[in-house]
Amino acid sequence: MGSADIYREIILDYYRNPRNFGKIDSPDISISDSNPLCGDEIEIHVKFDGDKVKDVKFTGKGCAISQASASMLTEMIMGKNLEDMKNVGKDDILESLGLSNLGPARIKCALLSLKTLKLGMYSYVVEKLGITDAEKLKEEASKLF
Amino acid sequence: MIKTNIIDIQKLRSDFPILTRKVRDNKSLVYLDNASTTQKPIQVIEAIHNYYMYYNANIHRAVYQLAEEATNAYEGARERIAKFINADREEIIFVRNATEAINLVAYAWGRKNVGKDDRVVISELEHHSNIVPWQLLTQEKNAKLEYIRIDSDGLLILDDLYNLLEKNNVKLVSISQMSNVLGTIIPVDKIVKACHIKNVPVLIDAAQSVPHIPVDVKKIDCSFMAFSAHKMLGPTGVGVLYAKKEYLEKMQPFISGGDMIKEVHKYETRWNDIPWKYEAGTPNIADVIGYGVAIDYLTNIGMDNVREYENELTRYALDRIINVKGIHVYGTRDIEKRGGLISFNLGDIHPHDLSTILDEDGIAIRSGHHCAQPLMELLDVAATSRVSFYIYNTKEEIDSLINSLERARVIFRI
Repeated sequence: MGSADIYREIILDYYRNPRNFGKIDSPDISISDSNPLCGDEIEIHVKFDGDKVKDVKFTGKGCAISQASASMLTEMIMGKNLEDMKNVGKDDILESLGLSNLGPARIKCALLSLKTLKLGMYSYVVEKLGITDAEKLKEEASKLF
Repeated sequence: MIKTNIIDIQKLRSDFPILTRKVRDNKSLVYLDNASTTQKPIQVIEAIHNYYMYYNANIHRAVYQLAEEATNAYEGARERIAKFINADREEIIFVRNATEAINLVAYAWGRKNVGKDDRVVISELEHHSNIVPWQLLTQEKNAKLEYIRIDSDGLLILDDLYNLLEKNNVKLVSISQMSNVLGTIIPVDKIVKACHIKNVPVLIDAAQSVPHIPVDVKKIDCSFMAFSAHKMLGPTGVGVLYAKKEYLEKMQPFISGGDMIKEVHKYETRWNDIPWKYEAGTPNIADVIGYGVAIDYLTNIGMDNVREYENELTRYALDRIINVKGIHVYGTRDIEKRGGLISFNLGDIHPHDLSTILDEDGIAIRSGHHCAQPLMELLDVAATSRVSFYIYNTKEEIDSLINSLERARVIFRI
């Protein structure tokens, strides 16, 4: 797909005015990751109320696709419970972005925040909740790209 | 119009098969990532092909005809490379790339000569390849890694070096001759002169300079120099360490095994003469031969002409690019102090988004941190876009670049 299709108004809007941009005091999940190819950086903070997401924020530096997708992801999981969060996948992100066939280099930009979140959730459920059947999350994250 | 009095550009371009290919939606390739790696002329490609087709054999050992031809071609390449930088034949060590050349010095020389509280001096302009080996060495030896700072134009603050040299425990200065991010050309002669007063050896990272400007190691008088074949029309997988004979004689080998020995007994070994003492195992014969042909190609053009032509392109590109609305160009505007590359940002467009848009127009540029993250931190940017030129680039290609930048500006509504 061409640039005119990729960089539509909605992506530029999320890039320039990211929703849920910032940090949370004493978050339950705090995780950062980067994409060495691009140098994109994402840090995600999540605060739970019971098993529901009470607040989620991100900070980062990077291309429009990586930053817009991170912002959209935070909106997607706000208020969701852990189980629903686990079900958020690659297609949900690409659908929100309105991008169907990004090239192999740029798909990593789109999925960096999801990968980061899944790894954060993995640490959270294993370390804090003592749930040990969480290997699936880690495996899923590593398979994203 | 193409200026043809320096280089016959159309004839030269016809030597590069890749320049005729189409990319993306049938767009002509505009290759502007030459600081990363250059394209190869047909003469280099054929030289590698011919070695495998007609005289593939191992070098230095066997007496049959094929081995003799292969050895002559391999050693002939060494002689031409030596002449290219005004070195002696035995001062040219073939390695995999400039990174390995720097590591060879860090291991074979650094680990014997740098001790506790000694200093190794580099600059804020360095590529990761001239940072990380020195971090490892100084950490291991409890020595100090010191940086020469740069000013807002990207030029070295040489007073930092002079002050450090006063401290008397500087064991090595390792410095890039041309920045791969800002294009700054470093006055290495001046640096070496100052270091020699204190008997401090200097390693020059010449990965970006040897391909683009005339370099004379005797004139610079450095102790070591590192560069790569693939950034100067040659194949990947070949690099060069130049070192003064006195160092090569004294240093212990970095990698040991076959071909670098004279005699091996059960418990002791006599090293081969230099340069072979540093070339253990079967080397990259085909690509060294290809590199020799790349050197011939550049020698035929003349490095003064390469420099002059690139200056002309760079001046043209700078003049045009600074008129793009929202552009920010990094580094000095003084053509004499910079090589043929330009780093920039356009408005708030992230370099990766920009290179995606340019790629649609067939224009290949580099975006990212250019393996120089400390410098990126200093410039306070996450990444930049970089265009870098070589002898086959044209002003028409720069025009295409400018048109594509204007298109990006429209897409991002800047």
